[in-house]
Amino acid sequence: MSNTQQLEDLTTQVRRDILRMVHKVNSGHPGGSLGCAEFFVALYNEILDRKDTFDMDGIGEDLFFLSNGHISPVFYSVLARAGYFPVEELNTFRLIDSRLQGHPTTHEGLPGIRVASGSLGQGMSVAIGAAQAKKLNNDNHLIYSLHGDGELQEGQNWEAIMYAAGNKVDNLISTIDLNGQQIDGSTDTVLPLGSVKDKFLAFGWTVVEIEQGNNIEAILKGMADAKSKTGQGKPVCVLLKTVMGNGVDFMMHTHAWHGKAPNDDQLAIGLEQNAETLGDY
Amino acid sequence: MKTYTNTGNKDTRSGFGAGLTQLGQTNEKVVALCADLIGSLKMDDFKKNHPERFFQVGIAEANMIGMAAGLTIGGKIPFTGTFANFSTGRVYDQIRQSVAYSDKNVKICASHAGLTLGEDGATHQILEDIGLMKMLPGMTVINTCDYNQTKAATIAIADHKGPVYLRFGRPSVPNFTPEDQTFEIGKALQLIEGTDVTIIATGHLVWEALEAAKALHEQGISAEVIDIHTIKPLDDAAILKSVEKTGCVVTAEEHNYMGGLGESVARVLALNHPAPQEFVATQDTFGESGTPAQLMEKYGLNSASIIKAAQKVVGRKK
Repeated sequence: MSNTQQLEDLTTQVRRDILRMVHKVNSGHPGGSLGCAEFFVALYNEILDRKDTFDMDGIGEDLFFLSNGHISPVFYSVLARAGYFPVEELNTFRLIDSRLQGHPTTHEGLPGIRVASGSLGQGMSVAIGAAQAKKLNNDNHLIYSLHGDGELQEGQNWEAIMYAAGNKVDNLISTIDLNGQQIDGSTDTVLPLGSVKDKFLAFGWTVVEIEQGNNIEAILKGMADAKSKTGQGKPVCVLLKTVMGNGVDFMMHTHAWHGKAPNDDQLAIGLEQNAETLGDY
Repeated sequence: MKTYTNTGNKDTRSGFGAGLTQLGQTNEKVVALCADLIGSLKMDDFKKNHPERFFQVGIAEANMIGMAAGLTIGGKIPFTGTFANFSTGRVYDQIRQSVAYSDKNVKICASHAGLTLGEDGATHQILEDIGLMKMLPGMTVINTCDYNQTKAATIAIADHKGPVYLRFGRPSVPNFTPEDQTFEIGKALQLIEGTDVTIIATGHLVWEALEAAKALHEQGISAEVIDIHTIKPLDDAAILKSVEKTGCVVTAEEHNYMGGLGESVARVLALNHPAPQEFVATQDTFGESGTPAQLMEKYGLNSASIIKAAQKVVGRKK
């Protein structure tokens, strides 16, 4: 177990990793990655009951599925710093012959990844299948998943949301990153989602809200609450309110950095705002 | 000339159902998913015998494919069941990303393929699915010809690690392959030996090819008939061995000529042994309502079409 300060130091280091990874290849998705840095750090270091070594079937441990695969920088940084692969490998992000593809994949055998994602809207279905496999295997561990809010515009999600409630998939905690932004602008201007909370409730899910989705303690408290609500006949949805681009002032509260890398000067500012803690890769 | 006996018409989808029933008893890892077509896919027995391993997903094929991918994580072997159209075109990206690219051990089992779906018409008669599926890296593509072969294939694919597309149909058709056969993925079956022309057929067209070979024999044309149940990986060696002997080939399939078995065979020949080829297939068209027999005649997918194509291709040999 880590204390909050250790988790915050790790988060700062992860932010540096994200910025440096996308800057190096002048591509990738820093905005959503920064917005979910605290969530990933909390998830992999406190929340998941997971093994240190990776095997695909993941029997006897909690599993996590990232549906909005474009926030691969935060996923890779946290996986590497959780020991799944060497942190030096973050140097290869999006380069030819790398295991760290632009979007996560099992295809190159990167430990920690259980399904490819990037084409949006597919992750919840996969998570539900894995949750049903857990039940068949009498494995009491949980399935966690993360989805973008804009991603909910994909219809497959609603097939999955309907299925999970109708079939009492209550070993699943699906978190929605509510940052209100997508590539072309705010979700309200691109295609309004209405009340995501009301929609999940109407579909028969238990909903837990985390108002401060960039606060480690708030995340830990909210996710513990969510975990306590599993096993009660309903899937659990966590609405995680985050700020896109969190931790780098000029990237915050805008969709502008959804899929754009900082230039040299911008990188310098971003790194200055996030001083090295655990050592750069 | 070797002849084959129809032991009684049966639908290939019932072969799938019977195979799945057997797998339910023999392989605990096998689970099944269906998108509101249990009766059509003949999955009733599996559902009844193993309710805990059966997932009714409703009319939600995209979620079904994703769930199947997820079920493999934890060691299950999922078999999905719906019509061929909804098994492929409707969920292409789900198959591409969550199954094929992710190398998940999912068996996509597709009934009502092709024109022989009949009266429901072109919305349901997919003639592009073989092409869609064979283009996906790592996907095995199988199109079975009768009840017995479909049952054997269903059982065999459970032991094959990796994604599989198993295509079969709706109507009752001659059942003529052995009841106790072992299905070998990727292995072409030489059904009739011949010297003048090779007829390579898949699915419902295999029986038509046998009928055509009989008629051709009476006309003095010796036709070799090969049943290609596995379109990918294709048995290149069997095709080449036969065409090197006969010097020409007719391919026959219930599918568009674009993207089907014919083009796969043409590639093998172009690379190794160029030879005249005729394509018995639909000609880049949609289907329509009608009885299976009417449709197969109208769109040129019966023994008469194979006979004509064989006569033509023999004439093209230099």
